[in-house]
Amino acid sequence: MFQVRIHGRGGQGVVTAAEMLSIAAFEEGRHAQAFPSFGSERTGAPVVAFCRIADIEIRLREPIMEPDALIIQDPTLLHQVDVFAGLKPDGYILINTNRSFEELGLGDFVRDRRRARLFTVSATELALKHVGRPVPNVPLLGGFAAASGLIRLDSVIKAINDRFSGKVAAGNVAAATEAFNIVRRELAEAMEVTQHA
Amino acid sequence: MLKQTEGSRAVAEAVALCRPEVICAYPISPQTHIVEALGELVKEGTLSPCEFINVESEFAAMSVAIGSSAAGARTYTATASQGLLFMAEAVYNASGLGLPIVMTVANRAIGAPINIWNDHTDALSQRDSGWLQIFAETNQEALDLHIQAFRLAEELSLPIMVCMDGFILTHAYERVDMPTQEQVDAYLPKYSPRQVLDPANPVSIGAMVGPEAFMEVRYLAHAKQMEALKLIPGYAAEFKSVFGRDSGGLCHTYKADDATTMIVAMGSVLGTIKDTVDEMRAAGHKVGVLGITLFRPFPIAQVRDALQHAKRVVVLEKSLAVGLGGIVSTNVRMALSALPIDVYTVVAGLGGRPITMRSLHALFRKAEKDDIEPVTFLDLNHEVVDKQLARERAVRRSGPAAEAILRDIGLVAAKL
Repeated sequence: MFQVRIHGRGGQGVVTAAEMLSIAAFEEGRHAQAFPSFGSERTGAPVVAFCRIADIEIRLREPIMEPDALIIQDPTLLHQVDVFAGLKPDGYILINTNRSFEELGLGDFVRDRRRARLFTVSATELALKHVGRPVPNVPLLGGFAAASGLIRLDSVIKAINDRFSGKVAAGNVAAATEAFNIVRRELAEAMEVTQHA
Repeated sequence: MLKQTEGSRAVAEAVALCRPEVICAYPISPQTHIVEALGELVKEGTLSPCEFINVESEFAAMSVAIGSSAAGARTYTATASQGLLFMAEAVYNASGLGLPIVMTVANRAIGAPINIWNDHTDALSQRDSGWLQIFAETNQEALDLHIQAFRLAEELSLPIMVCMDGFILTHAYERVDMPTQEQVDAYLPKYSPRQVLDPANPVSIGAMVGPEAFMEVRYLAHAKQMEALKLIPGYAAEFKSVFGRDSGGLCHTYKADDATTMIVAMGSVLGTIKDTVDEMRAAGHKVGVLGITLFRPFPIAQVRDALQHAKRVVVLEKSLAVGLGGIVSTNVRMALSALPIDVYTVVAGLGGRPITMRSLHALFRKAEKDDIEPVTFLDLNHEVVDKQLARERAVRRSGPAAEAILRDIGLVAAKL
């Protein structure tokens, strides 16, 4: 079972992202369970959503406390919420930012982690560019597909078309695809560095 | 057809396949998505003929449901938490009159303190109301149970609550197999009411009944509920023959053969319990599970049968009988009367407190050694409770308890 925890703020589509990730996994014939961390819903308040993916029926109903991957939709949460709580030692981190892990003050935290697990993408900028709204959730799913290899970009696109239609769907597909390509390049660079190291 | 969807949406689509003719709705989270989706299906004409009635309160919702059911319409509504309490007077009337309304209860805690999260307090407060109560373990089962509920309710002429864990199920996206209209039509006959307000054949419904006959009418309600115990296994078997899967029934065991410790629970927490039991079985522990699907009528004989060979029974319940301990466990104890079995009550998950595998592992291992209290509160923070009790001993005007406890654990209510 692979467990993903998504952190963001109310209005950034955190819950929608988890739901769409589950749809993408379902499209590949896998079992998936997405659910929000329930609480008062307010724009700007920290929000958490979860997605489990497995090849057999998922019965577990506890919140995800030891994620295999983190998607952080809003880097300002890094100093407000313990977003890294329980992350597995070899877990993936994908942050919506145009800064590096070092610039975010995470240099020490990620020192012992594999580079091919650490990714950033400017998802808000991609969303503004392609969709016209600063909602980073969907491009981050494209980035997550590239980072983890857990789901295909195709499946993310199917999930986008399941949820949206018309121009919004097309814009999100473009944003997710560009994010996928950016993260795929980061992954290739990380692998190269690892090989030369 | 397999689809990945939200629990509420799945239930709404299944209810629509049952061709309800009247849906009355008053939104209260977490069932709101169900009636919203049904409202859309009625508006777009997918569910037709059906009248979707927005009402001004839960009390009105159940009152309208009583009226429409008495007029011979297949009737559905949904509620949760305080909403269920607000309609309580009409809830008793619906069952007392023998009207086969189907209602989803998206289970939630009851205030005060104000809390929007999941537990079973709402539905269990109405356990003696005369409604049948069935509890879903997964969204698939929630969907399936609604289809069976209409069949059963209309056969018995009694109302049914289909209970599903609020948020944990209602708001979870997971895989469900959505039946076809043909399958549901094959399983669920057209509603043929036992009593109907019909101008062509006028009757009055709702007579005043004095001491000379009240006991008999009430006894009849009990006798009819007991009839459900005989009907339900047959309906579940027929469901399997039409839809190809097990759903419903009275109660279900899991890895119970040779189990010396049996865990009993209702609803979605059974999944987490089964995963825990799998790991414990792999480590050689003789532990098994009994999931209770039907809570009213309570399947006493089947529960006794499933548990009688155990040495001890741990009833893990999302409810609290204040001043006694457990609600589900009290019922289980009745089923086990005169048997030499220790029954432990474990109150867990109140107000949405997560029930984790880690806590269950520790609990079940202690229970195996009979090292838990007869009434145990899972993951209770004794420190903050003791602190508040000390405060109340020390000062007369100790102030509101909930606010003091929130301060002690460093939380501000407005930031929840």
